[in-house]
Amino acid sequence: MEQAIFEERRDQIHRTGEGPFELACNRDSLAGAVSQRACVFCGSRVVLYPIADALHLVHGPIGCAVYTWDIRGALSSGPELHRLSFSTDLQEKDVIFGGEKKLKAALLELIERHKPKAAFVYATCIVGIIGDDVAAVCRDVAEKTGIPVIPVQSEGFKGNKREGYTAACKAMFTLTGSGDTSDISPISINILGDFNLAGEIWIIRDYFKRMGVETVANITGDGRVDDIRRAHGAALNVVQCSGATMELAKMMQDKYGIPFIRASYLGIEDMADSLYAVAEHFKDRDPGIMERAQQVVREELSVLLPQLGQYRKDLEGKKVAIYVGGAFKAFSLIKAFRHLGMKVVLVGSQTGTKEDYEELAAICDPGTVIVDDSNPLELSKFVKELDVDLFVGGVKERPIAHKLGVGFCDHNHERKEALEGFVGMLNFAREVHASATSPIWRFVPRREAMAKAEAAKKEAI
Amino acid sequence: MSDSPYVSTTNACKLCTPLGAALAFRGVEGAIPFLHGSQGCATYMRRYIISHFREPMDIASSALGEKQAVFGGGPNLKKGILNVMSKYGASVVGVATTCLTETIGDDVPRLLAEFRKEFSDLPLPEIVHVSTPSYSGTHMEGWHAAVAALASQLVQVKAEPQRRVNLMPGLVSPADLRHLKDILADFGVAATVLPDISDSMDRPALLDYEKLPAGGTTLADIRAMSGALGSIECGRADHVAESAGANLERRFGVKNLRVGIPVGIRESDAFFAALEELTDVPTPKKYQDERGRLVDAYVDGHKYVAGKRAIVYGEEDLVIAMTAFLAEIGVKPILCATGATCKNFKAQLAAVTEGLLPEPPEAREGVDFHDIAEQAADLAPDLLVGHSKGYTYAKAWNVPLMRVGFPIHDRFGGQRMRHVAYGGTQELFDRLVNVVLERKQEDSAVGYGYL
Ligand code: SF4
Ligand code: SF4
Repeated sequence: MEQAIFEERRDQIHRTGEGPFELACNRDSLAGAVSQRACVFCGSRVVLYPIADALHLVHGPIGCAVYTWDIRGALSSGPELHRLSFSTDLQEKDVIFGGEKKLKAALLELIERHKPKAAFVYATCIVGIIGDDVAAVCRDVAEKTGIPVIPVQSEGFKGNKREGYTAACKAMFTLTGSGDTSDISPISINILGDFNLAGEIWIIRDYFKRMGVETVANITGDGRVDDIRRAHGAALNVVQCSGATMELAKMMQDKYGIPFIRASYLGIEDMADSLYAVAEHFKDRDPGIMERAQQVVREELSVLLPQLGQYRKDLEGKKVAIYVGGAFKAFSLIKAFRHLGMKVVLVGSQTGTKEDYEELAAICDPGTVIVDDSNPLELSKFVKELDVDLFVGGVKERPIAHKLGVGFCDHNHERKEALEGFVGMLNFAREVHASATSPIWRFVPRREAMAKAEAAKKEAI
Repeated sequence: MSDSPYVSTTNACKLCTPLGAALAFRGVEGAIPFLHGSQGCATYMRRYIISHFREPMDIASSALGEKQAVFGGGPNLKKGILNVMSKYGASVVGVATTCLTETIGDDVPRLLAEFRKEFSDLPLPEIVHVSTPSYSGTHMEGWHAAVAALASQLVQVKAEPQRRVNLMPGLVSPADLRHLKDILADFGVAATVLPDISDSMDRPALLDYEKLPAGGTTLADIRAMSGALGSIECGRADHVAESAGANLERRFGVKNLRVGIPVGIRESDAFFAALEELTDVPTPKKYQDERGRLVDAYVDGHKYVAGKRAIVYGEEDLVIAMTAFLAEIGVKPILCATGATCKNFKAQLAAVTEGLLPEPPEAREGVDFHDIAEQAADLAPDLLVGHSKGYTYAKAWNVPLMRVGFPIHDRFGGQRMRHVAYGGTQELFDRLVNVVLERKQEDSAVGYGYL
């Protein structure tokens, strides 16, 4: 079994309770290890993608663009330009002679055709190698067309997803500060780091609205360029997720003095805590706000809790493995599973930081396995060893779980079911329940064999 | 050359070259696909492939970072191969380059030669390499280049003559491959299908997670290809300078017959004729009966589909094959489009529709969905035939989409879909007629219960 673990990766795996916590992370993926990670470009694309009235042009050969064509569930209430996959589709001669000319022509052509509010140009690996001056082309085209044309320095090989988040934040930061903020309420926020998967941001915005808080910009779910331009007029940035947009919040704090707080909308406690934190922030300006926040939570819980109880009955004691992109999400998931009476026995992420993992280790039960930048061999080894009943991850983890006869719940950017907010918790519980209690697991060979062994053991006694 | 008037690409109708190579390598027993490049490419392709096949798809990567991108990826390549050897126990490593490593100019054959020398004390796997820059090809080129590389690099000596047939089936579904293998078995010959993803990309539920999924063409069978009665290569489009079959013919005198992907009666007839020619065995009655039933079904169903106007898009080989089928049943292929560019696409479309259509169908290559859509506005199709990626357009135009080929991301069971030979064509025809009937019923104010 131990064979599944690469010698070089031993210190990227930890079992809580076994010695002092120490976990290596933020490393380059090991060559030949089939990492579940993507690249810098992927990180930028994730963050910027939901800005629905911008043109997103991928400068590079075709694959990078085609594999990111409308794969996410980020919804828009208006324009849907983000769902198209634009590429310069570089050809051999562009690689030899440089792709700047083609980039410029493509930009002019697409801007003319779609009249976007802004354009983002993503630099991919080979653009970095052939040395195209993407920034210069962007400046030139911005001048000609009168819209912001923003280079995103997302060459894939320059690191992992995290660097992509930074590149995206830098790109968006160039937009802020250019819109009119005169009519913005003093009780106002920007929602950062939510991507409106399956319409989740609409759920969250509604809670804030019921509390009397104005949302200036959604960054980036159901995002609009003009909103981001005036985002500096908001009184507070509410930042979800540890990695994706934190940097933007910090830059806005430095430049515009806008404070930020961290939030999570997954699970009951985190959702409620986030609303309370915002209320807390504004309570001096608006004395009634805390009560309204409590009112929202009360109303929602009165509907949710009785229904959750139903699911909990069946799920009590089942074991869960979590492997997600960012570590922050894992915190919320662990808490959410506690509500369902389930036990998290494995937790890991592609891009967690040292602090993330320390915090994780602190809230996990003893014996929980924590992994950084894992791969199919390791994940399958632990799923078996820990006898997991349910796996939470993304598309690439799904076949690992299913092959081992383990229920699976999709929790990444591709999901089409809202999992945030109070109603999201219910959807989540329903999905977990549907998978973990399905009768089909009886027929999976591994489970069948386990049941047989169990029966034989009983007989022997 | 491209038929698109535009510089930019919108919603591409093709995938990138190493994806095809990785998938092809997956059809060799004990093989692991290995992309020499940065991590993202491999991960994206895995995700893409997994959502069609719903099977694990481990693709190793040399995971180049900034430093290696500047100073060369050799050390990572070697280290990566050692790692997959030790953890996956692969007997074959299929190394495909990516845009990045092609651009920085890594000399993979040289690096591999060094590797073999450096580690000659270890039991080394076979290492097959293929050059797959995406800026000069599509996933189909990657697929065919990988197949050609397998034949030219692994088949080194003339094998004992055997009653075997080599079949290079092209990118068809696991269900198609199973059907083709049954046919070859019924001809009473041993078959080497290269590559054979029928098992590895459509696995049963098992006791354990397999590091390397079982199934695939064995190394021994690949080596024995030089002693076969002959080869049959499916797919009419020209992709690579020298195909696997042509290579074996040139070096070992193994007769190579090239046919289309056998969809429809005429293309299937050609496939069975090729088999008869190589084996000297007449087509078994079972298939004559299947053919007979198919003709009978064509007759029974022809009026439902007569004159329907279809747009066909996707990979060159499959577009040609589907066009051959549609033309046979009286559906008008009004536009045949592909994202690839290949020398003989138009000529082959003309060939397969000869005698069935008054003139060759309109064909466009090197186009994307924006181009297709623009033209479709005037063409007013009744039907789209192609992979899932045309869905948004079908929805926008309110016409049905008959999903065929790869990728199928918005339906279940793409890997179990049959397209080939009389049996596969039968299923396609039934589906097509039903798609038309369903639409008719839906559109009807009355909703007839008999149609
Ligand atoms: S860089 Fe090339 S190989 Fe990698 S995803 Fe993009 S097109 Fe494909
Ligand atoms: S080429 Fe680079 S940017 Fe594109 S997918 Fe591969 S690693 Fe990412």
